[in-house]
Amino acid sequence: MCTRSIIFGAAAALFLLFPGPSRSQAVEHYGFGSPASPEDLSKYFAIQPNGHGLPPGSGTAQTGAQLFAERCTACHGEHLEGNPTRGIGGDKLLGGRGTLNTKTPVKTVESYWPYATTLFDYIKRAMPMNAPGSLSNDEVYSITTYILSQAKIIQPGETINASTLPKVEMPNRNGFFPDPRPEVQLYH
Amino acid sequence: MKKRKGPVFDGKARRMIEDMIATEKRQIEERRLQEECACQDGMFPRVDRRHLLFAAGSSAGTLALAALTRRTAAEGLKVPPGAQLFDVPADSTKEPGRPIAGDGGYGSRSQFESEVRMRSGNSVNDYSASSLTPLDKMLGNLTASGLHFERHHGGIPTIDPAGHLLVVHGMVDTPKKFTMADLKRFPSVSRKHFIECSGNGLTEWLKPTQITVQGTHGLLSTSEWTGVQFADIAREVGLKDGAAWVLAEGSDAAVMTRSVPLEKLLRDAILAYGQNGEAIRPEQGYPLRLILPGYEGSTHIKWLRRLEVSDKPFMTREETSKYTDLMADGRARQFTLEMDAKSVITFPSGAMKLPGPGFYNITGLAWSGRGRVQSVGVSTDGGKNWFPANLGSVPEPVCTVRFSFPWVWDGKPAILQSRCVDETGYIQPTLAQLVAIRGANGSFGSVYHLNAIQSWAVAADGGVSNVHA
Repeated sequence: MCTRSIIFGAAAALFLLFPGPSRSQAVEHYGFGSPASPEDLSKYFAIQPNGHGLPPGSGTAQTGAQLFAERCTACHGEHLEGNPTRGIGGDKLLGGRGTLNTKTPVKTVESYWPYATTLFDYIKRAMPMNAPGSLSNDEVYSITTYILSQAKIIQPGETINASTLPKVEMPNRNGFFPDPRPEVQLYH
Repeated sequence: MKKRKGPVFDGKARRMIEDMIATEKRQIEERRLQEECACQDGMFPRVDRRHLLFAAGSSAGTLALAALTRRTAAEGLKVPPGAQLFDVPADSTKEPGRPIAGDGGYGSRSQFESEVRMRSGNSVNDYSASSLTPLDKMLGNLTASGLHFERHHGGIPTIDPAGHLLVVHGMVDTPKKFTMADLKRFPSVSRKHFIECSGNGLTEWLKPTQITVQGTHGLLSTSEWTGVQFADIAREVGLKDGAAWVLAEGSDAAVMTRSVPLEKLLRDAILAYGQNGEAIRPEQGYPLRLILPGYEGSTHIKWLRRLEVSDKPFMTREETSKYTDLMADGRARQFTLEMDAKSVITFPSGAMKLPGPGFYNITGLAWSGRGRVQSVGVSTDGGKNWFPANLGSVPEPVCTVRFSFPWVWDGKPAILQSRCVDETGYIQPTLAQLVAIRGANGSFGSVYHLNAIQSWAVAADGGVSNVHA
């Protein structure tokens, strides 16, 4: 009787120390969720600097000028100068070249943005503010082309598409560097 | 060339700062009017209700309070947001209170508590704007969910969780989509972390501008976040060789996107559906938000709908034209993701008034994006002498910790400061140190990441104000 309970107790203690495989353990794969089909993924996009993700289509500055007048000037101004009015606050898109290292830096698409692909991505993603995602790919190409042309980054007559947009050289292409923090100056 | 001192701001930044200053003044005025008639308890606000504050413990004070509140109810004045107005009995022990569950099963805060988030003036419009947490009124380490600061880029979407999907694809073996029910089946973690906007304090580089700590530091909040670790999701889809960055995308009107190093996601990222014990608030990303402990707030993508694995960053608008730090030479720091160690005294702080010499329990918050807070120092003489503060709880990783310091004020002018040291040994810098590194030609771009020591001046009359010292 006494021996048996000691053996039982020892077995219980061993089990507590080394629980069997039926106890909780790390699971590598749970199998939750379902496969995402190409169709599922087709409604999403993100454009990379190498052009990955750019859709078919093209645009010209001429078409873009009309579209810009209709869809963009209320916030970004007739001359792409922005609109600081409270309640609107559209960014200035042009100018500012050569100002980034001065007392009055002006950060615009022309002076600051390092990649033309970002402009396409952002217009397609979030513009115009009152109807985001409403522009067709051709319309996004055209508005992008118009802004780049007004900024004198491309020639007025150029047609922009998925193969030409990644090749556009933005003035501030090399203006960024990785975060250097922690700042060594604080450890003098 | 003449060396310029202090940051300069472009036109937009200047307008934004002017706007923020005006907004804070408006808010203080509104609060003053409210407090004069509604007599909520508060911490020595600099408004004309001191007689009430110091009478509050006495029976005369209680009666005065009751009478005033009744008047408030009778006059149909505004009930504080999140509260319900009830009649205040002369003696609450002499009649039954309200019936149980009369609130429909979800409680609200006291009608005597009126603190609210302050809409920040950096709003270019009603949809791309921010609001600041009233840190001077917060107790403990956590922020009430309804007072958690906000920054939106396209308004607050209303999302039915029944139809919400998280899609994970790109450089993975099996692209997958997860419903909210799927995500909740995974093991979950609950961790307390602060979130701070990298624009917190952006008005304060050149000179003190904001009056209150809500204005200077209110883009900081702390919650307990509950959700799935990204690592579990990563194994579910299988990461391909060469995967190094992940694009996180929200389902708001801005379809907000940021690229995040994969290493960070695998270290401690949480796909959170819970905040402080309940579902995450709509303004905070309901039904799903990416939590990246210690990273700048704009990377904690709200209303998370998609993660695209890649070998390189996507260079989205928010990580090129915004949230980059323009230095004096015209080049800009990019992917300045971690929030450095910081602290601030919340009591006494700007716009408060100490009633006279005597004992005050200085208190505030300290935090670091790089780990735990190691220690906090407090100075009452503008940084000449430092004394260790008491930490109110054991510091948790990448979480605010409340500190306090017992102080007997002799009635002479004083400059109060706090200084945080984190577990890496980083010491919170002075503003002069930061400006020396970043500010010789600061601009709108380099207004981010201001983590300098904050100074509050206590004048001989007890008034507390924001100063650079």
